[in-house]
Amino acid sequence: MNLDFSDDQKMLKEQVRKFLADKCPMSVTRRVLDGDEPYAKEVWKGLVDMGLTGTAIPEEFGGLGLGALELCVIAEELGRAAAPVPFSSSIYLAAEAIKLFGTQKQKETWLPKLASGEMIGTVAISEGTHAAHPRNIETAFSGGKVNGAKQPVADGGEAGVVVVAVNTGGSGEQAVSLAIVDTKAGGVSSEAVRTLDPSRENVTMTFKDAPAEILGDKQGEGWSQLSRILDGAAVLFAFEQVGGTEAALEMAREYALERYAFGRQIGSYQAIKHKLADIYVKKELAKSNAYFGAMMLNDEGAELPEAAAASRIAGSDAYVFAAQENVQTHGGIGYTWESDCQFHYRRAKLLALTIGAPIQWKEKLVSRLEAKNAA
Amino acid sequence: MDFNDTPEEAAYRKQVRAWLDKNATRKADAKGMELPRDLDALIAESKAWQKKKADAGYACITWPKEWGGGGGTTIDNVIYSQEEANYLVPGGIFAIGLGMCIPTVMTWGPEEAKERFVRPAVRGEEIWCQLFSEPAGGSDVAGLRTRAEKDGDEWVINGQKVWTSGAHFCDYGILLTRTDPNVPKHKGLTMFWIDMKDPAVEVRPIKQMSGGSEFNEVFFTNLRVKDSQRLGKPGDGWKVALTTLMNERLAVGGSQGNADTDDLIELARDTTIAGEPAIRHGGVRERIADWYVQAQGLKFTRFRTLTALSKGETPGPESSISKIVAAKKMQDLGSFGMDLQDMGGVIRDRKLSPADGAYTEQWIGAAGYRIAGGTDEILRNIVAERVLGLPGEIRVDKDLPFNQAPKGK
Repeated sequence: MNLDFSDDQKMLKEQVRKFLADKCPMSVTRRVLDGDEPYAKEVWKGLVDMGLTGTAIPEEFGGLGLGALELCVIAEELGRAAAPVPFSSSIYLAAEAIKLFGTQKQKETWLPKLASGEMIGTVAISEGTHAAHPRNIETAFSGGKVNGAKQPVADGGEAGVVVVAVNTGGSGEQAVSLAIVDTKAGGVSSEAVRTLDPSRENVTMTFKDAPAEILGDKQGEGWSQLSRILDGAAVLFAFEQVGGTEAALEMAREYALERYAFGRQIGSYQAIKHKLADIYVKKELAKSNAYFGAMMLNDEGAELPEAAAASRIAGSDAYVFAAQENVQTHGGIGYTWESDCQFHYRRAKLLALTIGAPIQWKEKLVSRLEAKNAA
Repeated sequence: MDFNDTPEEAAYRKQVRAWLDKNATRKADAKGMELPRDLDALIAESKAWQKKKADAGYACITWPKEWGGGGGTTIDNVIYSQEEANYLVPGGIFAIGLGMCIPTVMTWGPEEAKERFVRPAVRGEEIWCQLFSEPAGGSDVAGLRTRAEKDGDEWVINGQKVWTSGAHFCDYGILLTRTDPNVPKHKGLTMFWIDMKDPAVEVRPIKQMSGGSEFNEVFFTNLRVKDSQRLGKPGDGWKVALTTLMNERLAVGGSQGNADTDDLIELARDTTIAGEPAIRHGGVRERIADWYVQAQGLKFTRFRTLTALSKGETPGPESSISKIVAAKKMQDLGSFGMDLQDMGGVIRDRKLSPADGAYTEQWIGAAGYRIAGGTDEILRNIVAERVLGLPGEIRVDKDLPFNQAPKGK
């Protein structure tokens, strides 16, 4: 039995953790949240200098040729620090999309730039405050051009390349394709959209006759491609969620030890003990599901869809619960702007929504289990 | 059983409605109109409305007419509040003063204080705040440290209060201080009324997670108050505070502008889960059903309380469940409304989001509401200990002199 990371992977985790503890304390997340920066440039540069953006990109495209497991440990540390950087958009989403489904030429064009961190990428799916599905995507690709609007798009304002879910005609899932858009080739504009977590940039992206290519050159495969891309991202985001849960739990635990009420530490009361124990339980369930997700992702295992869904559902549950109960444990002070509790409160909910809400993933999961059990 | 007014209640309601129709705009007819957002304008409009109410006998309805009140019954007050809720009128800024501070002055203050303060407060000429909580003690209010030391005919006060709603625009406040640290914590407290505009009082707004700042820190640096500003005897402070807090319980809260199951049904029609209308999804339907049942349960619990009041009886303890249920529901329902919007649920913009952005705002606001006015955990302790009679927590500090009790940092 080996459901653990290797010593090398654990060493990488420690390196990333040390770097972020030093260069990305909560004050950096606060700075980005309070100000106009789209992300913390000095933290991004540090991650890039450590070679992390190239981790899972093949050497032939300028990457380190490592894999999903290394990305997972990096993700966990980024989540622990609630790091205000576009790593997920660029690496879990855009780079993976192109790596999995791009033509050789598309890979040669984009992967080296994403690997080196000189360019940021992202994926654009949602078109407003409703769930996207094959029959309601209006952004269209035809005649080599994309027309429409996507909202929200994470890191869209900073992205040099965007993988866009577009309608290419046809029925059912075949109506959707993924198009690659060079944001500097014309027809692309972005406008900031206000979200619940201003430590991460989100925009409305408008395409007006924006030149584009189909990812992989064959139309009509976008929805199933997206499914695989989002499964991989779900596992990586789950590691961010586990890291964030641990950070929130540690915050709550420290406060429960230091705060007195009625002559004793608030951590000595059962209500608080049980609350923190519940966070711990959810965290371990999330971590274990994420580990299996990591294994499936790394091996391209047959159970990847179920494992990804379980990772995302457990990770979202754990982090949102931990963040909410961390505020609760802190009492009134936890609800102030000054407190760091708000960063986990915001980030937990953002992560739980960014590639689709838990209820969507639960539906996907059960459909998949039904199909398996019918066979 | 029925929801009917008695003939007297019906007559009162008719009279109230007629007066309101003449003097205010119904919310239903107030399309596009809004209460002022600018604080000074809101205060001015609040004062004007309070004066109108006072002139007509609708301010402080249960208070004696000699003090400017309406001389009416508790149920009259409830009827008026129910009717006024349908009109676009400002309400909040006098709630603490009239609901908590002035009743405390009326119960414990010397005659001169009552003569000076009650009528102007009823008429909305002066605004009050309540200064109890401190950084060292929120749930444990009696653990407060703000110190008042006797100096001749005066007291000198030093310390800090926190979570003081409205301190930035209040004229006066009731302040709970420690006058004797050598006795157990509940025995060494004394209450005073103070002038919030005194130069020795510094008000600093506290910014909340939501981005707004409705409350403040208040610092006292050698604030001098006269002994005649004392409410109750030295050492009576806890007794006086209980009067204040008891009156807080009578202030009827309600859900203010939160999204509820009707909104969820509308949203669920407009969005999908795995490509099918969310309203058809079993998981969504079940959650809507559960929240509806909770909301109705709370509503009819309030009605049972009203029934008791209508009969002139003391309401039972069932009303203590209200915030325990409402606060968590506010958070969970808001969170679920954001989930139904899927990836778009991260957007925080009234113009773009359904229900005027209510889901996100209530999900953020609920984080504070589960804590303010009694945390979820303290409220459950109150039900367990005071309603169900279960043994209280072992108190390690209750009989120790305050300056010897463990306090942490």
